[in-house]
Amino acid sequence: MNSKKTKKIIQHTIMIIFTLIMIYPLVWMFSSSLKESSSVFVDAHSLIPDGLHFENYILGWKGFGGISFSTFFINSAIISIIATIGSIASSAVIAYGFARIKFAGKTIWFVCMMLTMMLPFEMVMIPQYIMFNKFGWIDTYLPLILPTFFGIPFFIFLIMQFIRTIPMELDEAAKIDGCNNFSIFFRIIVPLIVPAMMTSAIFSFYWRWDDFMGPLIYLSTPEKYPVSLALKLFSDPNSVTNWGAMFAMSSLSIVPIFIIFFFFQRYIVDGISTSGLKS
Amino acid sequence: MIPKKSEHSPAPLEEVSTNPDLKKKVNFVKPRRKVKSDNHNVTGYLFISPFLIGFFSLTIFPILYSFYLSFTDYDLLGTPNWIGFDNYVRMFKDDPTFWKVMKVTFFYAGVAVPIRLVFALLVALALNKVVEMVGLYRTLLYLPSIVGGSIAISIMWRQLFGNDGAVNSVLASIGLPTHSWLGDPDTAIWTLIILYGWQFGSSMLIFLAGLRNIPKTYYEASSVDGAGPIKQFFIITLPLLTPVILFNTIMQVIQGFMAFTPSFVVTNGGPVNSTLLYVLYMYRRAFEYFDMGYASAMAWVMLVIIAIFTAIIFKSSPHWVHYESENK
Repeated sequence: MNSKKTKKIIQHTIMIIFTLIMIYPLVWMFSSSLKESSSVFVDAHSLIPDGLHFENYILGWKGFGGISFSTFFINSAIISIIATIGSIASSAVIAYGFARIKFAGKTIWFVCMMLTMMLPFEMVMIPQYIMFNKFGWIDTYLPLILPTFFGIPFFIFLIMQFIRTIPMELDEAAKIDGCNNFSIFFRIIVPLIVPAMMTSAIFSFYWRWDDFMGPLIYLSTPEKYPVSLALKLFSDPNSVTNWGAMFAMSSLSIVPIFIIFFFFQRYIVDGISTSGLKS
Repeated sequence: MIPKKSEHSPAPLEEVSTNPDLKKKVNFVKPRRKVKSDNHNVTGYLFISPFLIGFFSLTIFPILYSFYLSFTDYDLLGTPNWIGFDNYVRMFKDDPTFWKVMKVTFFYAGVAVPIRLVFALLVALALNKVVEMVGLYRTLLYLPSIVGGSIAISIMWRQLFGNDGAVNSVLASIGLPTHSWLGDPDTAIWTLIILYGWQFGSSMLIFLAGLRNIPKTYYEASSVDGAGPIKQFFIITLPLLTPVILFNTIMQVIQGFMAFTPSFVVTNGGPVNSTLLYVLYMYRRAFEYFDMGYASAMAWVMLVIIAIFTAIIFKSSPHWVHYESENK
């Protein structure tokens, strides 16, 4: 009994030390954002700031070139929210088509979709850029938002897996009651796949919020920058003078991610676990 | 098979039925059937139409276009001129940077991916043993993964390993020599590898879910047979996890190969190109030198490399991936 207890204590001690080391960089970033700018790199590893210097946040929020971080956060929110709505709505519709309707050539298109999922974005980045350039869409949000309205293979797959767990009898009963595929989708399927749509929405929001490559190649006017791109400019090692403010804005940029994570953790964990196991 | 045939080629049915009454009946039934099946096709294609539009306009066309561009000297302003295999020849023969980039990227992916996977597996095994507070550990250990893609993390990493960053500060405080981690070509790539390994959370969650799926009775049975925990790991846990490991390996290899943000933000490819990863070089070729032809050729070489890798992993999988339904 006693040795079991000792074993447990050792187990937890190792886990706690390990966990602390792993989250140290994150805590360090937050604590550096509260340090006085000139003392950030004095005893740099220390996690205890010399007082709470919230002025870093106020200074940092002013941004650069007369554009404050309010603009960047609003831009990021606009891009992320519209793109997320687009991805989820289209992915749900496509997933229903693949999961529930029998039609000629379905297998081929499904294989195409799975191959698209494996295809890295970098492969089509250059030709897409040239295409959007010809359309005159450079320095607009269209190249960042519009492609999401054609479904995201990963989400289609995730939602499909979820639809498959819904008993077919529900569809059939609705059909007998005179529902066509469209009303089955909207009245029966959509309310039942909300969890899978939530998981997809969270991932979509993360990816759009963090997206750096897209804005980097498509946007050129600083007023249109999302937080990710603005932060890169703001932190340019050659021009940064206020380190505290840089850490403050870096910390703020991941706050939306944290908030969503802590509120919707369950969906994320379920999503990752099932998507990894079922394929 | 047979009813399907009758839907699409109704002719044989008509020939068989000599009775005019029956023929009428068949004729009456036929169109209804046809309409129904067409309806399904129409609805099916209607539902997947967003995917089809996107697939053709944003995947298939760009891929073919990129293939064409890789044989041209397109620079975004002029018209593309056909130059045959020049881009490919230049890449393999006359561009030492390309080979440097290949070396760096293979080293990065070859070291960082196994580190992340082994780390993820070990932590998942440990978490599987711990009973209390699993949720808390899991959440905290998953955090680096959830924020890892963010630019803020790359910026923080640059400062963490900077000359007067936290790592050197810790070393100094315990009396060890400090080092210019980002300035030394030998260590700079390791800061990126550690950054990649640090974000083991998603893989850990997938492994953890895989571990939970292994029936407890297997372990009970084997301990009756006298197998210790280490033997159990090799004869039960590892074989049963192989499908999950396969999936993880493929996804991580692709992701490792595609890494861009860390090398762009933390080190910007330097010093002396020691952290110039493939995508960063491709980005520079395309959007700094506007060498669209060359960059497209690079994209195609990358696709071939990834395809070969995936094929090797898949082809070798029967030898090491264990599917329960298959044998036993």
